[in-house]
Amino acid sequence: MPASLLWLVIALPLAGFVANGLLALRRPGATGAVTAIGTGAVAAAFAVALGLVAGLRAAGGEATVVPLWAWMHTGALRLDIALQLDPLTAVMLLVVTGVGTLIHVFSVGYMHDDPGYARYFAYLNLFVASMLVLVLGASLPVSFIGWEGVGLCSYLLIGFWHADEANADAGKKAFLANRVGDFGVLVAMFLLWWHVGTLDYAALAERAPTALVAGGGTVTAITLLLLLGCTGKSAQIPLHVWLPDAMAGPTPVSALIHAATMVTAGVFLVVRLAALFAMAPLTASVMAGIGVTTALLAALVALRQHDIKKVLAYSTISQLGFMFLAVGAGAYVAGLFHVVTHAFFKALLFLGAGGVIHAMHAAGHAAHDHADPQDMRHMGGLRTAMPWTAALMGLGTLAIAGVPPLSGFFSKDEILAAAFGRGSDVPVFRLYWAMGLLTAFLTAVYMARLFTMTFLGTSRVPEAGRVHLHDGPPSMTLPLVVLGVLAAAGGVLNLPAWAGGHHALDTWLAPVVERAMAMRPLDLPHGRTEWALVGGAVAAGVAGLLLGWRATRAAPIVPAAQAAPETGLWRLLHRRFYVDELYAAVVVRPIVAFSRTVLWQGLDRGAIDGGAVRGLARSFQSLGWAGSRLQTGQLGFYVVVFVAGAVWVLRTVLD
Amino acid sequence: MPAPLLGPALALSGVLFSLGVAGVLLRRNAIILFMCVELMLNAVNLALVAFAQLHGTAGHVMVLLVMTVAAAEAAVGLAIILAIFRHTQSVDLDNINLLHG
Repeated sequence: MPASLLWLVIALPLAGFVANGLLALRRPGATGAVTAIGTGAVAAAFAVALGLVAGLRAAGGEATVVPLWAWMHTGALRLDIALQLDPLTAVMLLVVTGVGTLIHVFSVGYMHDDPGYARYFAYLNLFVASMLVLVLGASLPVSFIGWEGVGLCSYLLIGFWHADEANADAGKKAFLANRVGDFGVLVAMFLLWWHVGTLDYAALAERAPTALVAGGGTVTAITLLLLLGCTGKSAQIPLHVWLPDAMAGPTPVSALIHAATMVTAGVFLVVRLAALFAMAPLTASVMAGIGVTTALLAALVALRQHDIKKVLAYSTISQLGFMFLAVGAGAYVAGLFHVVTHAFFKALLFLGAGGVIHAMHAAGHAAHDHADPQDMRHMGGLRTAMPWTAALMGLGTLAIAGVPPLSGFFSKDEILAAAFGRGSDVPVFRLYWAMGLLTAFLTAVYMARLFTMTFLGTSRVPEAGRVHLHDGPPSMTLPLVVLGVLAAAGGVLNLPAWAGGHHALDTWLAPVVERAMAMRPLDLPHGRTEWALVGGAVAAGVAGLLLGWRATRAAPIVPAAQAAPETGLWRLLHRRFYVDELYAAVVVRPIVAFSRTVLWQGLDRGAIDGGAVRGLARSFQSLGWAGSRLQTGQLGFYVVVFVAGAVWVLRTVLD
Repeated sequence: MPAPLLGPALALSGVLFSLGVAGVLLRRNAIILFMCVELMLNAVNLALVAFAQLHGTAGHVMVLLVMTVAAAEAAVGLAIILAIFRHTQSVDLDNINLLHG
């Protein structure tokens, strides 16, 4: 399929959005049509994407830019709406449309009796279209359209059940946190335009090395601002606070947007602009530091969350941190590899959790029990009732914990190896590597805890509800099975040499990152060191799984209502390091207080309402009052004034 | 052209006019006020007649015009005063101040 058909892959889900949006407004009950359009559009986009990637492969992976129309041509600025097909977009294209299709299918079962069914699929299709604009854009501004579009869809879907104010607030929080990051991206774009004179990715990679001084202040500032944008979109410290709250949306949304695709946009952008980031070693170190710190802290918080989705949310933040560690170390392919494998196993885990919540909801409904269906303290022993879900979630748990030969093992191992290798020229990366290894261990611990609390042990579900616990319908199980296969076998995408592979993804992406790799070469460990690193990572994962399983099994689990308050370190972790409280005290409350006292009471009510509006009115009123004092109604007074006037006129005339 | 008694005529006119003004300014009774206005009009008539000796018949024509208007004005003015009196039982102008601001 020729690359000129690239627009089709965006147009299909966009058409789905329009059609489903109209149905949502006119015929919200037409679920059959909505299902066909919603899933059909994305599945068709996936088919087109497969054809396009096959065409790209046949063409030897050469990048093609497809200009669609002129956008802004003013002065020296020439912006076109143009799409780009190259090995990097091909990877993202397949992940977005492929995983997107599976999650659409899952949603058919998950959302089937929701009154907002049509609206849900309209938003989901719009999200896929926006995400495709983001990855396919041939220049920063075009990608930025998609970047904002996915932010909008994220906002709409987090607040999907907006009748509950907490959900609407979570949506707003996500949007605002992203705005902070978007500001960084915008300023970075202005700076790039000013200093390099282009915003097209291809031209940027070509001209940046001559237009900017490597390691200089300008390129460092630009990349740091871009990094700010990436921390917002990819939920890294300090802008990570929105992602846990984003779990207020429907679970398939969490799987698609807040695990598999949108949150990886930051990593994608770094790889896309690898040539720029390679020129700023300081930014790279900061990025890796932010990534690994986020990974470690989020993994610690995940240890002490009871909401199954919150654990997965912090797990996502932690894994995204790993990706930033990779791209910060200069291992762009490893970062993207983890994006892909993470999309598989985290989508699997989220959808599995969705199935569990679905079943728990039904059970709680039948037993007239109002306990939180997402709280793991109310679950337990679900493996007998939900064998498929339990088996597939178990597979996902092993994959994320890094057990060989599952996908997570290979990608995580590459990242740790890259961090270790970068340590040979930037010593701080040795520390990052150690933190990464500790995080890998903690990841295994909290995932084992999640699995044990949910599926093992004795059931804590009320007796009356237990018969209602069961695996989802085929539309929910089938995507899980496909994702399970991908999560298990995803490692073959980039099988290392020692495992009999030939780094397929490295070879495929070489044209995209070769410029950056040449500027900032990375020495990967070989031989004994490599084996030792692999062994260490596997040992950490397995030890973590065992510890998490044994510790969770040993400790008694009391329902949320009877649980004693957490103390000490657990309390710190349970309350997520008090970051939300800190932001509320340092940022939110001062802004609210400033708005209320200065802007509202002072400026708006005082100066504008009181001064400009009412003050003006009052001054005219008093002028009128003064004039009206002349109208005494006393004829004598009028005559006096009249005579005085006449005398005055005569005097001036006669002089 | 000789102009006999021009000076005394103008002086009398000035005195009468000033008396009229003073009356309008000082008195409160509407009828008196009205008479004072008439007095001022006739003072001006006297001045016009006196000047007509120097400047021709335009002055006389002017005087006839003023007399005609004054007659009409007297009719209207007295009618208004009568209406006010019927309304308020008074012709004291201090009591008639409905149009104050």
